[in-house]
Amino acid sequence: MYDSGKIIPGLIIFVLFITIPIWYNHGDAGNAPKPELPKDAKSCVLSAEDMRSGHMQLLNEWRDEVLRDGDRGTITIDGKQYQKSLMLTCMECHTSKKKFCDTCHDYASVKPYCWDCHIAPVE
Amino acid sequence: MDKKRRDFLKVAGISTLAGLGGTAVVDKIVAGASPAVANASTAAHAEKDTAHAKAPVAATGKRYGMVIDVRKFQNDPSLGEKAERACIEAHNIPEFPEKKDEIKWIWMTNYENCFPEKSQLYKDETTESHQVPVFCNHCDDPPCVRACPTKATFKNKDGVVIMDFHRCIGCRFCMAACPYGMRSFNWRNPRPFIKETNKQFPTRMRGVVEKCNFCAERIGVGEQPACVEACGESKAMVFGDLNDPHSEVRKILKENYTIQRKPSLGTHPSVFYIV
Ligand code: SF4
Ligand code: SF4
Ligand code: SF4
Repeated sequence: MYDSGKIIPGLIIFVLFITIPIWYNHGDAGNAPKPELPKDAKSCVLSAEDMRSGHMQLLNEWRDEVLRDGDRGTITIDGKQYQKSLMLTCMECHTSKKKFCDTCHDYASVKPYCWDCHIAPVE
Repeated sequence: MDKKRRDFLKVAGISTLAGLGGTAVVDKIVAGASPAVANASTAAHAEKDTAHAKAPVAATGKRYGMVIDVRKFQNDPSLGEKAERACIEAHNIPEFPEKKDEIKWIWMTNYENCFPEKSQLYKDETTESHQVPVFCNHCDDPPCVRACPTKATFKNKDGVVIMDFHRCIGCRFCMAACPYGMRSFNWRNPRPFIKETNKQFPTRMRGVVEKCNFCAERIGVGEQPACVEACGESKAMVFGDLNDPHSEVRKILKENYTIQRKPSLGTHPSVFYIV
């Protein structure tokens, strides 16, 4: 190979460069986030797994039902009625956006625009 | 070279003609091939048009509306301010110091601004000196809804024209379409200009249009609109279902001479004024 003296170090530098994220973090994906759960509420509108994977779809469904279809029916859990509302239901139990929503969103580097308009609880 | 250019122009000319004629022919063929579809849609349109011409009020379902007694606003000038404040507090409406940024859902305006089609020469004293509340008319045939490309503005099942702020892209077509100027645009981030935040209702963000929503969030749970509530016992504003012949609004409409804003435009406003 011609110029192998230049090409091979060049390739090595290139590979090292594009793998910066891996070796910079020592091959460790960082600690899994630990969102703080509400202390006094035992059950959510869905199971923890379903909420973890599908809370965004659920919020969209609620939005469409309430706003577009005018269906403001409530959800009953343990005999208590809840509205289909991020501000008035979710954030009633999850009183801290920072300790709950943000922990995972920051970890996954997603920036939902909910809070551009919806009001987060005062912390 | 010359010859070639000539040939080219000829071919181009002929193909343009063929193209123009061709589309017409294709259109004919398509129309001929599916006459049922074409007829059905035109028939539906025709039916809709005559329906509008004959009976502006839809006979089925709800159609919320309001009757404003302008005389009561004249007798008690504090009512206008009360209604405005109630709406601002209920909906987190920002109050900008500069007029050009203003966001308004309901406000008091001069009679001639509210009813520009009425004769304005030699007004009587009360008309001259008093103001009239204006807000979205929740038109039965709302041009803002037709103009909105994202369906962010839509008419809900109760005949209320509301906005899904999530969908608004801020194109402001609706503002151009509304013949009453009842919509405002958030040129700036409204959050820092909200005096008292109501936790029951979201705010808006920069680049979104907003307007009176007939308090959809309140009437949806059986409450009265905030401005109606603020007028209290005075009954200066009465809210109800225009399609229900036994509703209070219908009773008032039966007993009083009322006018709508710019009726000649055919938007069929659901807000009526006793002047
Ligand atoms: S008053 Fe304007 S904003 Fe309200 S429904 Fe009619 S056209 Fe739309
Ligand atoms: S500004 Fe928003 S509501 Fe108005 S027409 Fe555009 S998308 Fe629709
Ligand atoms: S009906 Fe509700 S949103 Fe409309 S002006 Fe009155 S208080 Fe404001």
